[in-house]
Amino acid sequence: MKIRQLTKRYQGKTVVDGVSFSIPKGKVTSLIGPNGAGKSTVMSMISRLIAQDEGLVDLDGTDVGRWKSRELARRLAILTQSNHIQMKLTVRELVAFGRFPHSGSRLTETDEAFVDRAIAYMELEEFQDRFLDELSGGQRQRALIAMVIAQDTEYILLDEPTNNLDIYHATNLMKTVRRLCDELGKTVILVLHEINYAAFYSDYICAFKDGRIARFGSVEEVITSENLSAIYGVEFQIQTVKGKPLSIYY
Amino acid sequence: MRSNRITVALAVALVVLAGLSLFVGVIELDLQALLRGDGHAWEIFLLSRLPRLLAILCTGAGMSVAGLIMQQLCSNKFVSPTTGATISSAQLGILLALLFWPGSTLWGRALLAFAAAIAGTWAFVWFIQRIQFKDAVMVPLVGIMFSNVIGGVTSYLAYQYEMTQALSSWLVGHFSLVIKGRYEIVWLTAPLILLAFVFANHFNIVGLGRDFSKNLGVPYNLVLFMGLSISAMITASVVVVVGSISYIGLIVPNLVALFKGDQIRGTLADTALFGAIFVLVCDMLGRVIIAPYELPIELIVGILGSVLFVGLLFYRLRNGRRAIRLTAPSAGCCPMPRLKEGGQA
Repeated sequence: MKIRQLTKRYQGKTVVDGVSFSIPKGKVTSLIGPNGAGKSTVMSMISRLIAQDEGLVDLDGTDVGRWKSRELARRLAILTQSNHIQMKLTVRELVAFGRFPHSGSRLTETDEAFVDRAIAYMELEEFQDRFLDELSGGQRQRALIAMVIAQDTEYILLDEPTNNLDIYHATNLMKTVRRLCDELGKTVILVLHEINYAAFYSDYICAFKDGRIARFGSVEEVITSENLSAIYGVEFQIQTVKGKPLSIYY
Repeated sequence: MRSNRITVALAVALVVLAGLSLFVGVIELDLQALLRGDGHAWEIFLLSRLPRLLAILCTGAGMSVAGLIMQQLCSNKFVSPTTGATISSAQLGILLALLFWPGSTLWGRALLAFAAAIAGTWAFVWFIQRIQFKDAVMVPLVGIMFSNVIGGVTSYLAYQYEMTQALSSWLVGHFSLVIKGRYEIVWLTAPLILLAFVFANHFNIVGLGRDFSKNLGVPYNLVLFMGLSISAMITASVVVVVGSISYIGLIVPNLVALFKGDQIRGTLADTALFGAIFVLVCDMLGRVIIAPYELPIELIVGILGSVLFVGLLFYRLRNGRRAIRLTAPSAGCCPMPRLKEGGQA
């Protein structure tokens, strides 16, 4: 997937300004940056949730906005942060919606197998017939990820998936992201606020500032004290833990 | 796992009650006379009793399904044809037909009622989507105000042109005028309910939000538009024939959802069946209480419905959206009494 000169303006204010980069296939890429840097907007444009004003998001030679919505839904899945589900659905019913782009309302045996696998993958077997509103926030998030897994797309986009999760659930979620990439070969793109999660579980980092890309590269290239201090405007110290750059800020 | 036993129990109850209702009425009609081939008995049966039963079934099932769709699409449990301006818009449509198209047939009036109901419902939903209310109860309140405004316009026009008398039969719903030849429009609800079943999953997905729908490749606006139109058409075809019947579209889907959740595919059949039973029972009550006279169905439904609605409000306030879990799936066909116990998982 190639992103070319992506630009978005809101009421004359440019929030994303000529962003270009290519998303490495089969890797985890995290978009980081301060509030209002444009990372979530970029994510929304990549997933055709909002239309760009200029530029293009090239997936197999066609801009995502020009793809047939249902066909694109078989290639790319996006989970936004605003998923306060108001509906009383069971976990299994929710996960089964992930098969909608493939089979519509009529689930085949293959679809059921995908649903089973996704539920097992997120270790939700014992909850699968429970209603979502009976679950904890972490369990609900897992159910949503299971739906995305059942959707069986090449690209998985997660907008701040660790939001509202405690350390235990957030860490487990990041481990799942890693497994999606390593075991299932997915290309995962994340928007993250927590720099250390990005550094420990991603392959590539794309750091945004003021609607532009400040740095893009491997974790080691981007996570340096100079880069981060310049992007966030506070002092950073970087230590190496388990071969990964751990940032300390104060 | 969902069991089908509730559905089967509801279906059996409906068949029994429907059979019973055929033999309740001012004129004595018994099975033996029908079996003997008594011409007069058959005439009553075919001209009045059977049409009435069919109208009741279509009304109950239709209004419940219309409410279910609206609640899902707006993801608000208190939206319904009553609290979403659909009924009052349909009434305005009928009045406009009476005023400006005096020679209109029932179908002509239905056409205007369809158009008005659809327009009114869209306007309401467009409005509540623009203004994101923090409190879910605000949405039906706005809807009630909105439909009162439309109702006000209707009343004003009716007074102005001295049409109040003519209009009154569409304001208070009743089945006493349902006879062969002037109720068939209500059959339209059947194909519309089928259509709702085909698109059940679409409605669910749209109810989960715009981004959620887009991710799954479901055209949000189109499905919203279509679902609301189906609801509005069901409602309008009921209002044209029977008049306004409030609360069913609000109460029935809520009661069924308490037990069976919100997956439309799983609840649609139960909602339709339970709605039909509800209206059938109310109608039989209306016919029996002051026999040989008849109370309008709107009165009975209004009383029962408002009591249940208050109960539902209290339940929601106390337990949020929590489900009532049936420990034994065979726990009877009529789930109403459990509401007051406030039982939960």
